[in-house]
Amino acid sequence: MAAAPSKTQILSLYRQLIKNSKQFTNYNFREYFLRKSRLEFKQNMLQQDPVKVNELVSKANEELAVLKRQAIVSQLYTFDKTVVEPLDTHHKKH
Amino acid sequence: MLLRNSLVSNSLRATQVSLRSIYSSYNNTLSNRSYHVSMVNRAAAGAATANKQAIEIPDDIALETHTDVQAATKDQADQRSAASSDAEITDALTSGTTALNYAYRQDTGFGTRPIYMDMQATTPTDPRVLDTMLKFFTGLYGNPHSNTHSYGWETNNAIEDARKDIASLINADPREIIFTSGATESNNMVIKGIPRFYKKTKKHIITTRTEHKCVLEAARSMINEGFEVTFLNVDKDGLIDLNELEAAIRPDTCVVSVMAVNNEIGVIQPLKEIGELCKKHKVYFHTDCAQAYGKIKLDVNDMKIDLLSISSHKIYGPKGIGALYVRRRPRVRLEPLLSGGGQERGLRSGTLAPPLIAGFGEAARLLKQEFANDEAHINRLSKKLVDGLLSLEHTTLNGSALHRYPGCVNVSFAYVEGESLLMALRDIALSSGSACTSASLEPSYVLHSLGADDAMAHSSIRFGIGRFTTEEEIDYVIKAISERVKFLRELSPLWEMVQEGIDLDSIEWSGH
Repeated sequence: MAAAPSKTQILSLYRQLIKNSKQFTNYNFREYFLRKSRLEFKQNMLQQDPVKVNELVSKANEELAVLKRQAIVSQLYTFDKTVVEPLDTHHKKH
Repeated sequence: MLLRNSLVSNSLRATQVSLRSIYSSYNNTLSNRSYHVSMVNRAAAGAATANKQAIEIPDDIALETHTDVQAATKDQADQRSAASSDAEITDALTSGTTALNYAYRQDTGFGTRPIYMDMQATTPTDPRVLDTMLKFFTGLYGNPHSNTHSYGWETNNAIEDARKDIASLINADPREIIFTSGATESNNMVIKGIPRFYKKTKKHIITTRTEHKCVLEAARSMINEGFEVTFLNVDKDGLIDLNELEAAIRPDTCVVSVMAVNNEIGVIQPLKEIGELCKKHKVYFHTDCAQAYGKIKLDVNDMKIDLLSISSHKIYGPKGIGALYVRRRPRVRLEPLLSGGGQERGLRSGTLAPPLIAGFGEAARLLKQEFANDEAHINRLSKKLVDGLLSLEHTTLNGSALHRYPGCVNVSFAYVEGESLLMALRDIALSSGSACTSASLEPSYVLHSLGADDAMAHSSIRFGIGRFTTEEEIDYVIKAISERVKFLRELSPLWEMVQEGIDLDSIEWSGH
């Protein structure tokens, strides 16, 4: 990561987190990571300190890598949808 | 695609040419299937951007596991329709309440897997925990006690890192953490190990009536070994009386064991006050924190805790691992349950399990990292659930309303049999008490010791809320419970009498 990540870089990171969270086939994990990504970006929206911003961005990058891997695992081992989950919207299957 | 992506990201560019040919032949096989066309087109169009795209898994790779709830309830429904001559049941089934026909959500367009609301029994493994564990199942398989090669060193380092994360959550020193197979083993180690070590001078153990079965049974087995055990009573809120505890402590008492958060009613005991009391009388204080660790603030120094049991699978970690905190200064001595190679300060011999411990450590690290957000989320959902359920008439919250962990909500629905309500709630995974006793129809001993009568103890249900519970699920649960409690009460003659204003206690039941 460069010295101070630009606004576009951060936005793209956010979009990637959301996109990869949505890849989870497990309802609870998907909803959790969506909630977490949104909440954490909101909580740190006004963060000005460049050191802190860098820290947060590198942490988010690590988490993004985990999300990418685990989203695949979640798609490899699938289960029935839960009773609160509409059958067709979230995923291509069915 | 999966193969290609991972390799490219590892910058093994040299292999890319050969991979590309494999990849394209793979695509060709896929494009024979109509439902894959769009995916393949996209991938082919954007070979350069393939890295940025989220990876999609072909359907034939995924392993699908189905829930068997449907089969069971279909049978039930068939039986019901076969017995349709029973006028009452038919009336009920056609009464307009759609709630009970199949005991699970029937409207098509929704899934069938039940909502998981039994977080006190166990929690789902966090994907981040699994991510940490996977590398120990694939490449890092060394024995952590092998000192002579790097296979051993790398797993040993992972274990020490996990120990640090686990210790820091309770403000302990990493060296004070002993890994065990779970909280049951930790509790047994304490309840059996300490009295056995001090058996020449100390003969007395103190615990409470609302402890987990493993503490109660371990204490009972110590009676057979010639020790005396005092089981403290709890008040109607589930809290112990500190004066009663102080009066029970004798010169030959060696250990006081009180659980932090009760697994059935979620009541938090006054740990700090108990700790002070034990220190004053120079008695070891053990607390079973299987349900409390990482969910409420714990500090072994501030609360004067000498021993503390932890379980990994209650904190979104893997099953089969736990820990015991054993204070080093002043040193707590106990006789180990297992004899062997002397691992874990000689207290728990046996090779450690690096995958489980690394997962456990990661789960603890995440608890610390997410503490504020998780707590706010659970508090919010818990408040919503409690408000929703208590708005039904004749429902009560069991246990103290103030001193409780919000993630555990135990509610009694009067005039409804808890087990039959559970049968009618196939779409929600719930329990009427601890999983260990859920096979028997006995009412909960915890609720009994609170002074609840049999009827109330029978009609109680425990709801567990955790990190992965969503607001949507809570709404569904409130709606389902309200509808089905109403339905079951309509079937109940007792409920009819209550509606007519008859005081049930005034009735003298005649036995036949």
